[in-house]
Amino acid sequence: MTRALINVPPKAKRGEVIEVKTLISHEMEPGYRADNTGKLKPRDIITDFVCKYNGEEIFRAQLFPAIAANPFFVFTTVATESGKLTFEWTGDNGFSAIESADITVE
Amino acid sequence: MNRAAAAAIVAALLGSAVAAAEIPLSGRKSGYDLMGPQTRAMQDDDTANPGMFWVLDGEALWKRKAGAAEKSCADCHGDAQESMKGVAARYPAFDAARGRPVDLEQRINICRAEKQNATAFAFEGKELLALSAYVGRQSRGLPIEVASDERSKPFLDAGRELFTRRQGQLNLSCAQCHDDNWGQKLAGALIPQGHATGYPLYRLEWQTLGSLQRRLRACMTGIRAQAYDFGSPELIELELYLMSRARGLPVESPAVRP
Repeated sequence: MTRALINVPPKAKRGEVIEVKTLISHEMEPGYRADNTGKLKPRDIITDFVCKYNGEEIFRAQLFPAIAANPFFVFTTVATESGKLTFEWTGDNGFSAIESADITVE
Repeated sequence: MNRAAAAAIVAALLGSAVAAAEIPLSGRKSGYDLMGPQTRAMQDDDTANPGMFWVLDGEALWKRKAGAAEKSCADCHGDAQESMKGVAARYPAFDAARGRPVDLEQRINICRAEKQNATAFAFEGKELLALSAYVGRQSRGLPIEVASDERSKPFLDAGRELFTRRQGQLNLSCAQCHDDNWGQKLAGALIPQGHATGYPLYRLEWQTLGSLQRRLRACMTGIRAQAYDFGSPELIELELYLMSRARGLPVESPAVRP
């Protein structure tokens, strides 16, 4: 089961730089490893991560083989208005996960 | 010099060599104190610590009914935050029915077999790691204190004996690295004192959560010894000695290590 852990400050001052942390559980099988029988395990990774702040894209990342399991992203943004941050991960084999966090800006 | 006196001197020398090697209680440090600030921050923040994935899975398992008895852990033990507080700090604990100590993973599987009528979880499987991480999490910050009473003592002594015994093709004992040379480098890695304070823990090298037994077996393979099987009496005795050696240090489960 996929789990994601999000850390967004619940409250911030207008114009403040806030730190956003996300962690998602994923094997990130690179596609280069062999199983016990010598057969290559097919690639199974997260390929894209997007964060939107009230619908506007503020952060995007592309992921590749050799990125460790359970990818962890930390980035900053400017708190402009109250609302919602949404996080979306997509990947191989139709992988998709969506999470969100609310923020109040004063 | 007569023979008895010579024997006494040899015994004293051997005795002091062993005693001097053990780290004094006040000088015992968790691997946490030896690792970098980024890894420490990762362990301390529950939204950055990947071990929390297993804790959350464990919480779900705790409430799920299992086996022919159709009982969940919570049906007997209630709220784990109350009932499991401090439990991980005193395991491995003596099991009167078996006449020997059992570790937390074995205790979970004993519960599954006897109370839930369910099949045992596989060692190092996701479920067993998740439940032991969840139970371990409830003891975070509490001091480790395993029993050292009369009935546990022979097992504790056996564990200490294994810790100080040279083994494998490299002919090394655990104590030679973790008592005598902690703080030094083995290849690029820092040698810790070897206190099992945070298991099951997330090792960045493993990219997953692993048990203390996985760690011990990897060490044994490293010195080219034949590793004991998961759940074998020798590993439990070693676990018991390690926890006794780490007494007083706080539980960190699920810890993060490099």
